[in-house]
Amino acid sequence: MTTKRIIPCLDMTEGKVVKGIQFVSFRDAGDPVTLAKKYNAEGADELVFLDITATVENRPILLDVVRDTAKAVTIPFSVGGGVRSVEDMRQLLRAGADKVSVNTGAVTNPALITNCANAFGSQCVVLSLDAKEVAPGRWNAYINGGTKDSGLSAIDWATEAAGLGAGEILLTSIDRDGTKTGFETELTRQVSRMVPVPVIASGGAGTTEDFVSVFRDGEADAALAASLFHFKEVTIPELKRFLAQSGIPVREDL
Amino acid sequence: MITVIDCGAGNIGSIINTLTSLGMDFTVTADPVGIAEASALLLPGVGAAGAGMRNLKARRLDGIIRKRVADGVPTLGICLGMQLLFDRSQEDDASCLGILAGNVVRFNERQKVPQIGWNTVTANDENVRARRLFDGVSGRQCYFVNSYYPIPADPNIVAATTDYGMVFASAVATDNIFATQFHPEKSGRAGIQLLLNFRKEYL
Repeated sequence: MTTKRIIPCLDMTEGKVVKGIQFVSFRDAGDPVTLAKKYNAEGADELVFLDITATVENRPILLDVVRDTAKAVTIPFSVGGGVRSVEDMRQLLRAGADKVSVNTGAVTNPALITNCANAFGSQCVVLSLDAKEVAPGRWNAYINGGTKDSGLSAIDWATEAAGLGAGEILLTSIDRDGTKTGFETELTRQVSRMVPVPVIASGGAGTTEDFVSVFRDGEADAALAASLFHFKEVTIPELKRFLAQSGIPVREDL
Repeated sequence: MITVIDCGAGNIGSIINTLTSLGMDFTVTADPVGIAEASALLLPGVGAAGAGMRNLKARRLDGIIRKRVADGVPTLGICLGMQLLFDRSQEDDASCLGILAGNVVRFNERQKVPQIGWNTVTANDENVRARRLFDGVSGRQCYFVNSYYPIPADPNIVAATTDYGMVFASAVATDNIFATQFHPEKSGRAGIQLLLNFRKEYL
């Protein structure tokens, strides 16, 4: 069976990696190519690249930066930010992305998911879902870089998107993002049980134990983190050793 | 020189990056003449079977690919590129190239579909060529992204197997064809080793 994936995430704006807290107060985390090479060598199972301001600035993603980053890795590379059309997705795949994530573009036009899946296969269409708790135990999907409530229940939208052809759900908790208080395990478990496709948990990673609980209790297939790795609070090799010792199957052979 | 067939449906960026980093000579073509003159072919990656075949046919590449592979040109198929070599795919109920006998079917829903992630690849030790191709690779994990997998009619061409709730053929090899369901170009050092083994065995 497949191992649980550890995925560092590059949140990009203006060609630089940044990291915020709850989608605001960003600080500089470095150069994408340098970080990509480092994570590739350390045994990351995948790399996610999100242009977090493309939608709100109403501009296309920076293809040159995608191209340079793609060249730096020999692991899967997923790219998202501002994707509105099949053509946008084609350009990203040609720039070296292996998968493309859609978020706002899919909420405003759900057919985008089906059209992209028909053109390129479900396996390279990732639904990126930014969830915020709007009432105890109730989460909505937010769009426009986490600034706008779509009104859709996160669980319903994830289920619908998988039905439309999304091959994977990248589930980010806005409430936990950058707080290092642990993943939103409850939401992750609910989504993971509802959808037939893999779920990547994101937002809130603070310790190695947080990863164990999101895999074990949250039933996630993969876990994503950014600042933890960028600021070297936890390295990928030590995280994987810890997971292996905790009985979670991971790829340790690089 | 490897001729990478650009069928427009998927990502050739990542395979090109990898070939470049390995110093392997290649050219990219979407033209029947380019394929007619190729000394080795690479049919790449990601995409849906129906769209993949439509794209090959729209560019009139299907016939020339069949001919060149039948002529014995060394051919590497990756992921969808592997599936298209078979007779039919359940995906879009597509009629494929029919170079290898067998059909491509969907994983059953007891597992998450697509299979996305790193899974162990085990060489078919009864196949001498498979042992060489997977030297230093067998038993390691490679990267998969697939909802469908091929069932070769001839079990002797199975070069490696992988367990995803059930054991399936994750690679096949014949005298001139090597095809993998996983992505060697995305499989870290194990994938690089496999591509080097392919070069040694076939080129």
